[in-house]
Amino acid sequence: MTENLVGLFLYSVFTGNILLAYFLGMCSFVAVSKNINTAIGLGLAVVFVLTVTTPANWLIYHYLLAPGALAWAGLPDVDLSFFKFILFIAVIAAMVQAIEILIDRFSAALYAGLGVFLPLIAVNCAILGASLFMVERNQTFLESVIFGFGSGVGWLMAITSMAAIRIKLRYADPPPGMEGYALTMIVTGLMAMAFMLFSGISF
Amino acid sequence: MKIKSKALKILLRPIWTDNPVNIQMLGICSALAVTVQLKTAFVMALSMTFAVSCSSFMISLMRKQIPKNIRIIVELSVISTFVIITDEFLRAYMYDISKQLSVFVGLIITNCIVMGRAEAFALSNPSHLAFIDGIGNGAGYGSVLMLIAFIRELLGSGNLFGFQVVPDAVYALGYEDAGFMLLAPAAFIIIGLMVWLQKTLTKGGESDK
Repeated sequence: MTENLVGLFLYSVFTGNILLAYFLGMCSFVAVSKNINTAIGLGLAVVFVLTVTTPANWLIYHYLLAPGALAWAGLPDVDLSFFKFILFIAVIAAMVQAIEILIDRFSAALYAGLGVFLPLIAVNCAILGASLFMVERNQTFLESVIFGFGSGVGWLMAITSMAAIRIKLRYADPPPGMEGYALTMIVTGLMAMAFMLFSGISF
Repeated sequence: MKIKSKALKILLRPIWTDNPVNIQMLGICSALAVTVQLKTAFVMALSMTFAVSCSSFMISLMRKQIPKNIRIIVELSVISTFVIITDEFLRAYMYDISKQLSVFVGLIITNCIVMGRAEAFALSNPSHLAFIDGIGNGAGYGSVLMLIAFIRELLGSGNLFGFQVVPDAVYALGYEDAGFMLLAPAAFIIIGLMVWLQKTLTKGGESDK
């Protein structure tokens, strides 16, 4: 059991990296990876939100939406799983809002660092993607916690290293038309290759 | 006549000069994962076009009623509704493809193109133009998707739309499929090269944003 969880964690950080293997969260990845401090800030916020929302959506799905999930309310035949898109996105938006209020109330320093990024995260595809993958792969509750956290860490690693690479790229001299977006994509491709090499690790 | 040409301009602009994926850098999130085969890319492009044009149309119809400070949540619910319709349709009539697309149909909701068009165009334009703008953006997104899928499927597995196009005789000469094309990194690199090409052809445009 624990071995599986460690394996799942390593999978979601390295070989199944949500950004580099499943292409989720690209928009903010390209836009925010210019500065390493903002990249780390956004990455930490993503780790935080993913760790909270993936299990929350697990509870919502398994106690409200899945076929037969409403048995506790006396409605065993109801299948509301088609509602999952709209409900997941609502949960994510609400969670992000709640986290923002809590952080603002209890830690001014953390709010100054993360606050601006939280609203952005509500529409980050990685967050909704992780919740949908959680349903798709029939994970248990514990697995969903590990998966959410691991995906967040993977995303954080990817965006931080990308920001570090882009600082060096500033002094590079690419062909005209290639600087910026095109070069970022190609570097991302090379990084994705590097992350795939971790597939040798197994537990 | 003037209206017609304006509509045509709105339709054509996002396909080339203002392409949502290559120039505006929107919607790459879901664009790359479905491009291993032309078939899935094609279905994804159609779903996307449907979702973006219908939701732009609806949002534009309601644009005078939506209160400004809750517009995002209204837009999200309209978009989700159309995405749910698409997903249920695919599940009912194209089950295999919907299995392959897995979570990426649902991710149309958070696709920046849909939201971006709703915010930037549908809220301030009449509904028929919003609909056309949606179709244009869907087509622009779809054409990039199809092009990447064409390259990846042809070089990666020698097929197009699932039919073998590279003749056996060529394999007999020692030609081999580039399995690398089927992996994730290839998609990033192909899109990088495509952006480079298009930027060079359209002579610059804006630089790094």
